Amino acid sequence: MSDNWIEICKLEDIVPDTGVCALVNEKQVALFRTRNDDLFAIDNLDPFSNANVLSRGIVGSLGEKLVVASPIYKQHFCLETGTCLEDDDVKLSVYKVKAEGNSVAIQA
Amino acid sequence: MSKQRIVIVGNGMVGHKFIDNVLNGESRDQYQLVTFSEEPRQAYDRVHLTEYFAGRSADDLLMAPVGYYEENGVEIHIDEKIVDIDLNAKEVISASGLRVAYDKLILATGSYPFVPPIPGHDKEHCLVYRTIEDLEAIKASAKDATSGVVVGGGLLGLEAAKALHDLEIQAHVVQFSDRLMDVQLDVGGGAMLKHKIEALGVQVHCSKNTINIADGENARYRMEFADGEVLETDMILFSAGIRPQDELAKKVGLELGPRGGITVNNQCQTSNEDIYAIGECALWNGQIFGLVAPGYQMAQVAHDHIVTTGETENVFTGADMSTKLKLMGVDVASIGDALGRTPGSHSYTYVDEPAEIYKRIVVSEDKSKLLGAVLVGEAEDYGTLLQYALNGIDLPEHPDSLILPSRDGAAPAGLGPDALPDTAQICSCYDVTKGDICCSVQNGAQTIGELKDATKAATGCGGCAALVTQVMNSELENLGVEVNTDICEHFPHTRQELFHIIKVEKIKTFYELLEKHGTGHGCDICKPTVGSILASVWNEHVMDSDIHPLQDTNDYYMANLQKDGTYSIVPRMAGGEVTPEKLIVLGQVAKDYNLYTKVTGGQRIDLFGARAEELPEIWRRLVDAGFETGHAYGKSLRTVKSCVGSTWCRYGVDDSAGLAVELENRYKGLRSPHKIKFGVSGCTRECAEAQGKDIGIIATESGWNLYVCGNGGMKPRHADLIASDLDKETLIQYIDRVLMFYVRTADRLQRTSVWFDNLEGGLDYLKSVVIDDKLDICGDLEADMQHVVDTYECEWKKAIDNPEKLKRFRHFVNSPEKDSNVVFVETRGQIRPATEEEKKIPVAEVV
Repeated sequence: MSDNWIEICKLEDIVPDTGVCALVNEKQVALFRTRNDDLFAIDNLDPFSNANVLSRGIVGSLGEKLVVASPIYKQHFCLETGTCLEDDDVKLSVYKVKAEGNSVAIQA
Repeated sequence: MSKQRIVIVGNGMVGHKFIDNVLNGESRDQYQLVTFSEEPRQAYDRVHLTEYFAGRSADDLLMAPVGYYEENGVEIHIDEKIVDIDLNAKEVISASGLRVAYDKLILATGSYPFVPPIPGHDKEHCLVYRTIEDLEAIKASAKDATSGVVVGGGLLGLEAAKALHDLEIQAHVVQFSDRLMDVQLDVGGGAMLKHKIEALGVQVHCSKNTINIADGENARYRMEFADGEVLETDMILFSAGIRPQDELAKKVGLELGPRGGITVNNQCQTSNEDIYAIGECALWNGQIFGLVAPGYQMAQVAHDHIVTTGETENVFTGADMSTKLKLMGVDVASIGDALGRTPGSHSYTYVDEPAEIYKRIVVSEDKSKLLGAVLVGEAEDYGTLLQYALNGIDLPEHPDSLILPSRDGAAPAGLGPDALPDTAQICSCYDVTKGDICCSVQNGAQTIGELKDATKAATGCGGCAALVTQVMNSELENLGVEVNTDICEHFPHTRQELFHIIKVEKIKTFYELLEKHGTGHGCDICKPTVGSILASVWNEHVMDSDIHPLQDTNDYYMANLQKDGTYSIVPRMAGGEVTPEKLIVLGQVAKDYNLYTKVTGGQRIDLFGARAEELPEIWRRLVDAGFETGHAYGKSLRTVKSCVGSTWCRYGVDDSAGLAVELENRYKGLRSPHKIKFGVSGCTRECAEAQGKDIGIIATESGWNLYVCGNGGMKPRHADLIASDLDKETLIQYIDRVLMFYVRTADRLQRTSVWFDNLEGGLDYLKSVVIDDKLDICGDLEADMQHVVDTYECEWKKAIDNPEKLKRFRHFVNSPEKDSNVVFVETRGQIRPATEEEKKIPVAEVV
């Protein structure tokens, strides 16, 4: 992994507590902004449905974990680790993401 | 081993029950069943016969659907009377000469109405009330009648009077004895019942002995009474008791009672050991049982005796004749020795004249046991009193506390379920004991709905629902099961509680609610639930930044997510109406965006395969053409399905399509715990299938019948008739109330059918809330609904005028490209999502 940060969008392009989808080196990344303006990024491809939809899931928490629920079959993925809570064997890639001023960037 | 053949003569409720017992039994494969019915249709629910006048069809009343017998290998002969039995050859012989051999014969021939031999009793418009054919004759006779008399003021007589009343002719009841329901009620109870029934417009004449039926002067007939008085009437219904149908048994020499009835032993065997008699034709210990529950018990006893070849311990030991019913809206109940005939017995009476309530209990000489009771006007104590009487439970120190109203917040003197023995029968319709309920709870049933599925308790008359719930809760408590009804880990509340909090504390956002009443960040359970409640209460735009993150993707994108990540679009077509111009626009849009097009079950058109980023442009064109959102994506009102109605249809009696359009436009946009569907039919042919909908409306000659809480789908449920012959204004008022009451009190994702099944008190309770306004909330419910109606706006129309919000529809936040993973192939001339295998084929070959 390089130190190459790619600027994606402005912070206000993401409604707090929701996600957007970013195209990063031909790969689809789901990028989430919490109410506290913490940012997380995981794969956008839902491995259970093979559809690019995870950025459209509902963001929340289960226990201590911040999660997004797949809008298709409702599995939960941990935003920090990419692990599926319902199936330990399924783990999505996670990406580093930061906000500098008003600008959101992902490490490619 | 070859199968034994059981022939069942008579296909009424009890005969059907016997067949059902065999089919549901473990030894069903050992028996071949043949049944004969002299009526032209298979077994139907005679107990609810009056509902035939209230809009239920003959098919609705069937005990089992048409084809049930055939599918289960039962040979059924309809309209074929058995006229003889060859006891030596063991064969029955039908009217058409058919001979069928039997190993065991069941006589379930029922009873016939007794018609007193009054001169003139056989005139054309002198009828009886027993079969669907009788009801049709009554209907025909009532067409040109303005008045009708029922002879007999017993239970059936009063039901017959209700039927006449429903047919809108002046009903009279002529009773030989000094009071109504003299078998069940004492003088005081009978008088209160008479008073209440007369207030409803039925005239009651007691102590009248009819001696002649002559031709009338101002009506068809003139009834002449022994006391010299006369009564003119256009028709007469005899309901002066029943007589066992024992003609066949008599012909072949089976033992009968001195006043009729086929004598049976405790095993329900007649004097011929291969022939059993069950139900109203059977005479046990000198008694005929004219209720369905004892008939069912007999059916079970005969079944058990046959399949165990006599080894069973199940014997018939008589039956409790206690009854609770609603006669023309009046609660009436009678338990045990209601008339206080037991030597030395005492009684307590409570009369509330203004509220028209009469209660009396009869207790043993030492005041320790309850022997009987009479309740008129209010019968809520029935369940408790019955348990005291049946189980010999010791009475409290002051027995009158059982019928005195509880005042000043004192706890009612009810009977805790723990006081009941396991053998206590809780549901008499399905013979479910306390032990059965506890057993089901131990096996995992935790809600009244689950318990109904498991035991059938409270699914008959429903009178035991409150007690069943108490027993269930008590058993759950005994098991140490803490029933967690919290919606999820973030809120220690049910949906109903959250609704209340949001409304009372005027909470407008999820985050405010979470801060005040919850923990964590919320989840995909509580967020959409709260989003839905906020919409039901405040009705603000779904894309507002505080609300938008709560929405499931369907509500977020205002379209229906499909398996490949694309969406489908369903514009509203109220009542299924669409102009050719709009239909052309829809077709053109579908063509331009290459959308798969399908007509839905709700009479509108669904366009599939739109990418998220295409939704705003598509909706711009649809809105410009005058379309509004159809809310197909929401837990909200979907469609009001209708037939074309009286405007076009030769048979229609009212404008169902017009009403459907009006209702759909009234309730569109209402967010609710789950989706809501309506149906409006213009006549009883019911082409709109309204009785399978959450709200169903059927036109009648004199207004609209309202049905509630039906469902198609996973677990079909016929809707219940809640009110008849309503004018439009009242109809809408009742719908407002039912829907808002549902929105307030249902669990998340609970359809009205399940909500209804879990409603303690069932249909009567729902009626008391939304018609009688027992909770004093109808004004609120209507105001809440009016707010939703007044604040409606098309979500899409509002969204497409806001460029900032439309940005949220982009697939990539940082690129105009499309999702390359969305691939279509063609089937039957339209697109469909490609399978994973098809996606691997190079694109050029796919398209």
